[in-house]
Amino acid sequence: MAANEKRPVHLNLLQIRFPVPAVMSIGHRISGVLWILLLPAMIFLVDLSLSGPQGFARAGELLGSVMGRLAAFLLLWALMHHLLAGIRYLALDLDLGIEKQAALATAWWVMLAAPLLAAGLTAGLLP
Amino acid sequence: MSRTASGFRAWILQRISAAWLGLFVLATLGYFLLSPPATFEQWRAFVAHPVVGTLILVTVAVVLLHAWVGIRDVLIDYVPPLALRLTLLSLFGLGFVACGLWALQVILLASGLA
Repeated sequence: MAANEKRPVHLNLLQIRFPVPAVMSIGHRISGVLWILLLPAMIFLVDLSLSGPQGFARAGELLGSVMGRLAAFLLLWALMHHLLAGIRYLALDLDLGIEKQAALATAWWVMLAAPLLAAGLTAGLLP
Repeated sequence: MSRTASGFRAWILQRISAAWLGLFVLATLGYFLLSPPATFEQWRAFVAHPVVGTLILVTVAVVLLHAWVGIRDVLIDYVPPLALRLTLLSLFGLGFVACGLWALQVILLASGLA
């Protein structure tokens, strides 16, 4: 009962602990919303690239610029994080990796693999 | 839409669409890594192929469905006031319809069908 009286009456974000699976879970949401917000930009880029030889070259220039590479890295990170976290959730739905130790380990794997894959893909796709 | 994309049906739709999108992402990354289009004509011909164009349009529909269920979950969690939530949900819904029509136009134009 004594512990109950010390419960926080407001949610101080600086005092709430965010274990790795929580950060990974928020990352899944952020990456999904990011893709939704940048969906028009994606369609614009495909539209431009298919508008003619000049548009195709222009789309290549946009992607190859420093800003383009940064944007590509960000979107590829979001894609890889969303994909890997999604596979993890599907596995959890099937009771795979549901134990605390395993769930913590796979959350770490998602957090670390997504930026590494994004870096590799950015380098591979935009040489 | 709120009836068809809520509760258990939304849950299962999100997982089926996720599986489709995962496969599409892998195939797309594979294409751009292994045989990226070198010229406009190659790129246009690839997109204009009936099988490719159809797969892209099906995937656009699946993406928008997946996005709708996802943004609905996020808005339900973070925007408690009903009026504001419904306004935002409507705006996203309109945006998704616009994106779908735009993508449809892009693919049909590339295929010489519009």
